[in-house]
Amino acid sequence: MTGMNPTRAAVRTIPDRLESPARRALKSWETLLLAVALAIFIANSLASPYFLDPWNLSDATFNFTEKAMIAFAMALLIIAGEIDLSVASTIALASTAMGAAAQLGVGTPGLVAIGLAVGLACGAFNGALVTGLGLPSIVVTIGTMSLYRGISYIVLGDQAYRGYPADFAWFGQGYAFWVISAEFVLFALFALLFGILLHATNFGRAVYAIGNNATAAAFSGIRVGRVKFILFLLTGLMSGVAAVCLTSRLGSTRPSIAMGWELEVVTMVVLGGVSILGGAGSIPGVVIAAFVMGLVTFGLGLLNVPGIVMSIVIGALLIAVIALPRLWRKWRG
Amino acid sequence: MKRRQVMALAAGLGLAASLMGTTAMAQDKTRIALVVKALGIGFFEAAAKGAEEAAAELGDVEIIYTGPTDTTAEGQIEVINSLIAQGVDAIAISANDPDALVPALKKAMDRGITVISWDSGVAPEGRQMHLNPSSNELIGRMIIKLAADNLPDQTGEVAVLSASATATNQNIWIEEMKKAMPDYPNIKLLGVVYGDDLADKSYREAMGLIQSYPELDAIIAPTSVGIVAAAQAVTDAGKIGQINVTGLGLPSEMAGHVKSGASKSFAIWNPIDLGYSATMIAYHLARGEAEAQPGAEIPIGRMGKVTLDETNAAAMAEPFVYDASNIDQFKDIF
Repeated sequence: MTGMNPTRAAVRTIPDRLESPARRALKSWETLLLAVALAIFIANSLASPYFLDPWNLSDATFNFTEKAMIAFAMALLIIAGEIDLSVASTIALASTAMGAAAQLGVGTPGLVAIGLAVGLACGAFNGALVTGLGLPSIVVTIGTMSLYRGISYIVLGDQAYRGYPADFAWFGQGYAFWVISAEFVLFALFALLFGILLHATNFGRAVYAIGNNATAAAFSGIRVGRVKFILFLLTGLMSGVAAVCLTSRLGSTRPSIAMGWELEVVTMVVLGGVSILGGAGSIPGVVIAAFVMGLVTFGLGLLNVPGIVMSIVIGALLIAVIALPRLWRKWRG
Repeated sequence: MKRRQVMALAAGLGLAASLMGTTAMAQDKTRIALVVKALGIGFFEAAAKGAEEAAAELGDVEIIYTGPTDTTAEGQIEVINSLIAQGVDAIAISANDPDALVPALKKAMDRGITVISWDSGVAPEGRQMHLNPSSNELIGRMIIKLAADNLPDQTGEVAVLSASATATNQNIWIEEMKKAMPDYPNIKLLGVVYGDDLADKSYREAMGLIQSYPELDAIIAPTSVGIVAAAQAVTDAGKIGQINVTGLGLPSEMAGHVKSGASKSFAIWNPIDLGYSATMIAYHLARGEAEAQPGAEIPIGRMGKVTLDETNAAAMAEPFVYDASNIDQFKDIF
């Protein structure tokens, strides 16, 4: 036992990951979702003769593009361990501001700027309360959810703003080329931008780090408060973008605009594989989830299935997609 | 990988074949979509019954009865998009918002679909004609009259429990009611509250009225959800005989409250007739047998005919009063 020579010991390699990237991708959440989306697409094509038509599919994208744009920002926020339930009310407030400006004769560029600015301001207010005062985001944004929409109701009551400039309709009713709507182009563009931001930048790594352990992230030199504040700003900004699109699509503003959308946005994010507890998730997942929700509602709509059945299907889908991987793991021990 | 591609291709081809087989069929019937504010509301279920009656009478009509889960414009737009996709012949809609639906309905008209609104209207540029169940003026006068006639010397304090603050028709009726109020100088209107056509919220708002105004003599609820909730609230608060609930309601839902005395009388047109007439009009317009233009007369089967005014709107009939004497006769119908 004269001891072993340390230099002669077998080199122990610690693998970065236990599986090859291909295997990992195959077993990932996104693959499962993609399979679900394809299955729904094929089922829809078989169930209704009207489904596989470029114009009809283009119309169908309007069911989810606006919500999905908010969902991208919301995904980052939820990954960082926070949430914003005031997004739909932010749309109402931004839309009301745009409507008021339109009455004063502000042109399309001005209206867009106002919509985005109000969205940013709402996000900044949420962010300041959460990061500045250290309040829980769920409480803050439940409060601002009532606050923002409340302001809209005070301004508009039972009235509506109409009379938007004719070229303002482009955002929600226009087409970039052929059947590709302006909204869909925006949706794709923001999917790309948020994908890069989350998956290919230091900022994105910081978001994951904060979601997994905010204290450790702070000790690693990440300015946690600042990152979170930026995420609230982004979520507000995207609500502003959605407000521009939706207002343009409806051609009018009422305080009840986008009522209940916050839950649909959160559903989309969770269905996309983002952990509601933070720390995990991806933008491709959210993109596929947006398509899944859009395809399900449009496909069932073509069959004239009552809306309440659609809600049940979406709810069941959410629970199934979340429960199945857990059951699978349990079953395999 | 090769095999998978081949299979995908085969599946795609099979799909295409099945598509060609199915698109050609089902076009010989006139397909009329009856779009309502939300599914699961008694009034609209009754209208759907009327639409089916009209379809049976006409013979070559298929009725698609549909609507969103919540009373939102966004939900109705999704429904309209799916109807455009199906290429229906006509859409007859009761709108959740007169303006927000205009772009979607314009698109439907651009693609050759006949669009009419009924019950709750759409702005003129978003439809070819609008069928009012009655005239708004008559309804406004009727609801205040019902409240006043049941008060001693037509004297007392009343409050209104409405649907949502953005509901088109309720707002117009309340406006018309206010115009008729000078005829009842001793009736005082305390205020308007909104129950959003949700049973629980309407109930809470009605309770709020009862508690905030001890002198309240009558609650006017021009909505079938609100009137039931208000009558229940009056019953639960032990105010039967003190506060009379009236307005617009469904006989089946109000029968118990008329018998208990919580509501002495209320009014409604017949939603069966309304769904029937809307279907008749949509059919004649879609088949090109009638033109939607000011002054035009459109036949509506057993209901006679309607005449369009200068905004292409028409009134079907007058609201009808239900009380203890006739409630049993109607409660099983709708």
